[in-house]
Amino acid sequence: MTATENIVESQDAVITAAGTNEGRQELQLRKDVSAKEILRGSGAVLRMSESEVAALAGTQSEDQTMIINMGPQHPSTHGVLRLMLELNGETVLRCKPVIGYLHTGMEKTGESLTFMQGGTNVTRMDYASPLNNELVFAMTTEKLLGIDQDIPERAVWIRMLLSELNRISSHLLFMATNGMDIGAVSMMLYGFREREEVLRFFQKVTGLRMNHNFIRPGGVAADLPAGWRDEVLNLLDALPARLAEYEILMTGQPIWRERLQGVGVITRDEAIALSATGPILRSTGLSWDLRRDMPYLRYDKVEFDVIIGSYGDAFDRYSIRLNEIRESMRIVRQVLDAMPQGDYRIQDKKVTPPPRGRIDESMEALIHHFKIFTEGFKVPEGEAYVAIESPRGEIACYIASDGSATPYRMHVRAPSFINIQTMPLMMRGGLVADAVAVISSVDPVLGEVDR
Amino acid sequence: MTQVSSRVADDVRFVAKADYLKTLTALRDEGFEMCVDLTAVDYLTHPGRNIAPEVLGQIVLERFEVVVNLLSLSQRRRVRLRMQIAESDTVIDSAFDLYPGTEAMEREVFDMFGIKFNGHPDLTRILMPEDWQGHPLRKDYGAGNIPVQFKGAAS
Repeated sequence: MTATENIVESQDAVITAAGTNEGRQELQLRKDVSAKEILRGSGAVLRMSESEVAALAGTQSEDQTMIINMGPQHPSTHGVLRLMLELNGETVLRCKPVIGYLHTGMEKTGESLTFMQGGTNVTRMDYASPLNNELVFAMTTEKLLGIDQDIPERAVWIRMLLSELNRISSHLLFMATNGMDIGAVSMMLYGFREREEVLRFFQKVTGLRMNHNFIRPGGVAADLPAGWRDEVLNLLDALPARLAEYEILMTGQPIWRERLQGVGVITRDEAIALSATGPILRSTGLSWDLRRDMPYLRYDKVEFDVIIGSYGDAFDRYSIRLNEIRESMRIVRQVLDAMPQGDYRIQDKKVTPPPRGRIDESMEALIHHFKIFTEGFKVPEGEAYVAIESPRGEIACYIASDGSATPYRMHVRAPSFINIQTMPLMMRGGLVADAVAVISSVDPVLGEVDR
Repeated sequence: MTQVSSRVADDVRFVAKADYLKTLTALRDEGFEMCVDLTAVDYLTHPGRNIAPEVLGQIVLERFEVVVNLLSLSQRRRVRLRMQIAESDTVIDSAFDLYPGTEAMEREVFDMFGIKFNGHPDLTRILMPEDWQGHPLRKDYGAGNIPVQFKGAAS
């Protein structure tokens, strides 16, 4: 008996002892799977043709190929993503992502936090675009409360401003990590440098660089601070020159193109079948952006272009994100012009705590303030699903409420979790070095994958 | 199948478990190209869920509910299907052959609720360790009641 078989047997014993019969999560050895299983397995219906599968199953001897683990501790896997790759030399034959290393039960936690506190939970899922998480949670709660049409204009535009700036910071982080993965290490420094500028603005507005809990049911937590407009304008003035630098450093550079063009190709049908959204779907040439196609907030009032690719490869996904930064800047400029005056949160006593000044002079206000923060507010029975466009695709929140102050069930449709499914398809037949480019171009955030 | 106009005006349909795949096939032909989300809810402590009887029709409310959100990119439309799963028979057909993108989502529902998907190619736990006992998002799971075990302590 070989060492591998020993390990497999002992794993099976553990599983049986635990009384579960689900089987192993890992990629199985070739001799243990039939052709049908390969066809329908992690290399699903649309991901591999039957002739390819027939060539894979059984016929090839096991000693020509090997299964290796990439991750969970690997700098290019963006966190704790573990990929099991079956390799024939340098070529990837099969791939299976194994996830869950960062699972902290956030959906379960969400059931014991009030709607008031829920923002602190969801904001930690996709830590690269926390404001979009808060936004979708707040919008779902508002939909259940039936106040989604009554949010003050200023709050809506502040939300849009923050959502777009967050998209910029998230894509800048992608530029940084993508550059590093492909070997343009100085890009990592540049990307983080620019992102820091955006985060500094977030800190001024929300008090925190990340995990803001700033967008709350009913509006936002506070009004924009004095001088915010100049801050944003400084940012918008500084960025174009930096983006032009990126173009020189990466877009036009032959090595960069060689590493990305034609790598990790996905077709439109495959992307749709695998429920991929965001830049992955758009890279296949399909123009789909919830901001334009199913507008929320006031996206129907601003002008912007939906950037699409034509080859569905890693280079398309890179340039889509780069140009989406520019489009977001365009939106931010329009938001600056359109930012109305008025309340930054709804004046509905049910969801909004009384202002600080009132607490000093009114006992009732103090009690109200205390109760809203300890007990939260009750949300009518029902269920709602709200989806918005996060930098990674469609992020959605599904809440079932039983009429109490905490969600009965809170589910977040995490774009990274779904998008990871495209990796086996994109990697198949490529080199291990290309696998790194593929992971990078999917841009998964593992906090959101595992929740 | 019964149509609902809820307070929040989403297109929500209650589908009998036996008609699930048939309905999915019909909807896919109707232009819902993408299964954008698949999840479940355990209504153990909230069985009534305040749904008008005329909305339900023949459907009997059960403990578990599988919720599927379909998206039509061409018609810019969404539809939500709600399937009732009895506690005694936590099995439903897998949508994998129609929408391969549901693979990870079904695995997650299986992991978290213990609902089995008939015909799923690789129904293993996805987020929890494979030797984990129980299904965490069930309402009777008892989070926080897990005994903390220390090395060498007599249990």
